[in-house]
Amino acid sequence: MSEDPTAAFRIEAGELLEQVEQGLLDLRDNLGDMGLVNAVFRGLHTLKGSGAMFGFDALAAFTHHCESAFDRVRKGDVRATKDLVTVILSAGDHMRALVDGDAPKATGDAILAKLAAAVDAAAGGGSAPVAAAPVKQGWTLSFRLPPDAMANGTNPLALLDELRELGEATIAVRTDAVPPLDKLVPNHCLLGWDCTLIGDISREAIEDVFLFVMDDMEIAIEPLAVEGEAVEATPTAESEAQGTAVVAANDGAGRAVAMRAQGEHVRVPAERLDELMDRVGELVIAQSRLSQLAHSGHDLALRSVSEEIERLAGEMRDTMMVLRMVPVSTLFGRFRRLIHDLAIETGKAIELVTEGETTEVDKTVIERLFDPLVHIIRNSCDHGLEQAADRVAAGKPESGLIRLSAHQAGGEVLITITDDGRGIDRERVRAKAEANGLIQPGQAVSEDELLGMIFHPGFSTAAQVTNLSGRGVGMDVVKRTIESLRGSIDVKSQPGEGSTITLRIPLTLAIIEGLLVRVGEGRYVIPLSAVEECLELSLEEDLRSRGRSIITLRERLIPFLRLRDLFATDTRPDTYQKIVVVGIGAERVGLVVDQIIGNHQTVIKAMSPLHRNVASFAGATILGDGSVALILDIAQLVALGQPKEERRLAAG
Amino acid sequence: MPYHKIPHWTPDQGLEVLTFGLGVETFALEAGIVREILDVMPLTQVPGADPMAAAVINFRGRIVPYADLRMSFGMDATAHTAESRIIVIELELDGDPTLIGLAADRVNEVTVLKAQDAEDTPVIGMRWPRENVRCLVRRDGDVVVLPDLPQLFARLTTNVADAPTVH
Repeated sequence: MSEDPTAAFRIEAGELLEQVEQGLLDLRDNLGDMGLVNAVFRGLHTLKGSGAMFGFDALAAFTHHCESAFDRVRKGDVRATKDLVTVILSAGDHMRALVDGDAPKATGDAILAKLAAAVDAAAGGGSAPVAAAPVKQGWTLSFRLPPDAMANGTNPLALLDELRELGEATIAVRTDAVPPLDKLVPNHCLLGWDCTLIGDISREAIEDVFLFVMDDMEIAIEPLAVEGEAVEATPTAESEAQGTAVVAANDGAGRAVAMRAQGEHVRVPAERLDELMDRVGELVIAQSRLSQLAHSGHDLALRSVSEEIERLAGEMRDTMMVLRMVPVSTLFGRFRRLIHDLAIETGKAIELVTEGETTEVDKTVIERLFDPLVHIIRNSCDHGLEQAADRVAAGKPESGLIRLSAHQAGGEVLITITDDGRGIDRERVRAKAEANGLIQPGQAVSEDELLGMIFHPGFSTAAQVTNLSGRGVGMDVVKRTIESLRGSIDVKSQPGEGSTITLRIPLTLAIIEGLLVRVGEGRYVIPLSAVEECLELSLEEDLRSRGRSIITLRERLIPFLRLRDLFATDTRPDTYQKIVVVGIGAERVGLVVDQIIGNHQTVIKAMSPLHRNVASFAGATILGDGSVALILDIAQLVALGQPKEERRLAAG
Repeated sequence: MPYHKIPHWTPDQGLEVLTFGLGVETFALEAGIVREILDVMPLTQVPGADPMAAAVINFRGRIVPYADLRMSFGMDATAHTAESRIIVIELELDGDPTLIGLAADRVNEVTVLKAQDAEDTPVIGMRWPRENVRCLVRRDGDVVVLPDLPQLFARLTTNVADAPTVH
């Protein structure tokens, strides 16, 4: 990993912006929450600070404007409004571009202009909802900084000076926590302070002094008891109680976050995990060779060691798998923003509900799912959900609902995207399919097949092309991406009630459950998920089918490919050849092999770039004896078998 | 001078190479790209692949293509002997470091080639395409061939569009 400090900053900035964005989205739903306002403000402030430190001056300058705007919200000069949140969200995008270093200045200026407008509009709205009325009397506070505060750059004297600036302050130091000299850690801050502040000071003003250390410190703020102000005291006390509660909650959460950041998480570059994964794969292979050796001899001690290693290697592989797993919340979180933008673009009210965010999936799978999911969600929002007026007329709630859910089922993760819109118009799909020649006019097609038509290339039922759809990826690309992940996609739709799209994705791409077969002298792996059934190809059937490579299976014609011919093995066929029927979607094809060896779970290895042009294989794997078996690419083979068969059927 | 075609080869420094034999010819590779020399191991044929890299091997848990330069230098395939080895090299192809196992009938030695012994490939007198060779080097009364490996393998990685399908 490179030691470039700006790279570290880029990662940190990415995370900060992510936090700010999530905070903003929460704030949009709950405009009065000062905790969120503060969190967003702190995020922006830190970004500005570290941006300036690493020489991202344009970023620091731009962020400064947003920070100031939020500072006004925090102080109660300006109300938090949806417009303001939207502007800051787009500002967040610009900041990301600034971090990457390719941001046109004009965009930034436009956003700043909008920001100023939003702030002005919000400022007209009078006093802030949460800002407490200034309290006349004064405050006593006692506080103690965390021991490592100075190491983290906090200067206690500067804090005390700030307190003095607020009003008439009497400050006394507490030294009760200072240990005997021989136990003293000189760079720890072990002093506490008691302070009495007299003057017209709000509680927020005091808390602001400690804004950046509040999470870790001990602080108690009490109003100074002053006689004869009972009338005013009651509401104040109430707001006090509230205030303390907020501080306490903040304190707990903040501490937990801080602890996690320090002790429980380690940032590791993904390629190191991949390396480790490779090593574990090698270990598993070496171990299976060892166990073969141990079982061929009679050395009991060797056998027991070998079994021990087998267990450890298996556990290690399982642990390794878990290391690469990340919760889908990292994926779903990114869609909140998408929905927010889509709602603005389409002028529809859209609500996003997510379920099962803790479901864990391999990191690579998550990354590759993002684009297809964006496309599906865009489609649902654009084509599926109706305008508010139409929804009300149809007796539905005004705002449309998009539900994203994930759950694990066996070795797969099911991700469903549900909308409560108008559903897919079957008539239009049918008309379009007939126009494209996919089905004959009047041909009877099952429900699933008809809905599956939307995955054909160049298929769009949208009456008019809008800004949202038709942006490059079509549903056919979505389907291909999902299939390249060895997953499947399924559509259900009820007219008037909405559609559900279900993606089935394997938990990991690193391991495959396969059927090991032999063709000639070579061994090959067929992904078990594609295997439908295995049949015997009798000699006479083999001879009879010389002219046509089709078998009849339960009233259906299934084309088959002789892998021995396809791979030009130059060997004589086994007497009892087998047909492995594989399928993707509705397409079936039989693969003739010499022998079925059995089930095989294995680590998938990529083929070298030198074999990029060989389409029939999806990868390779290493067998127990150390030799290599190639994994068949079923989609390619099905495609290879299908057109030949169609030509033959058309000719005959 | 032909040695200019090879990076870091100057008249004062010489070029450190590994020499190996295929048939009657002696070839040389820059020693820096050699990762490991292996005994011959079971090969797994890749049906439909180019004859130059028709198989893969398991190189410490990685799937590495097994390439045979004989085709490109007009030689017939021969059976493995006790002296046969696989030289694992790392080449930069399309910007990615790629491991390749090269077939060798025998591996000779690591030696230094002198720049003044380098000759351009003659236009006549060779059975192989000139572009497969970077230069020839006179050595001990014989000739050592420096093959142009990136050029030879580039053919396999580029023509994705008109990929040869299996028969």
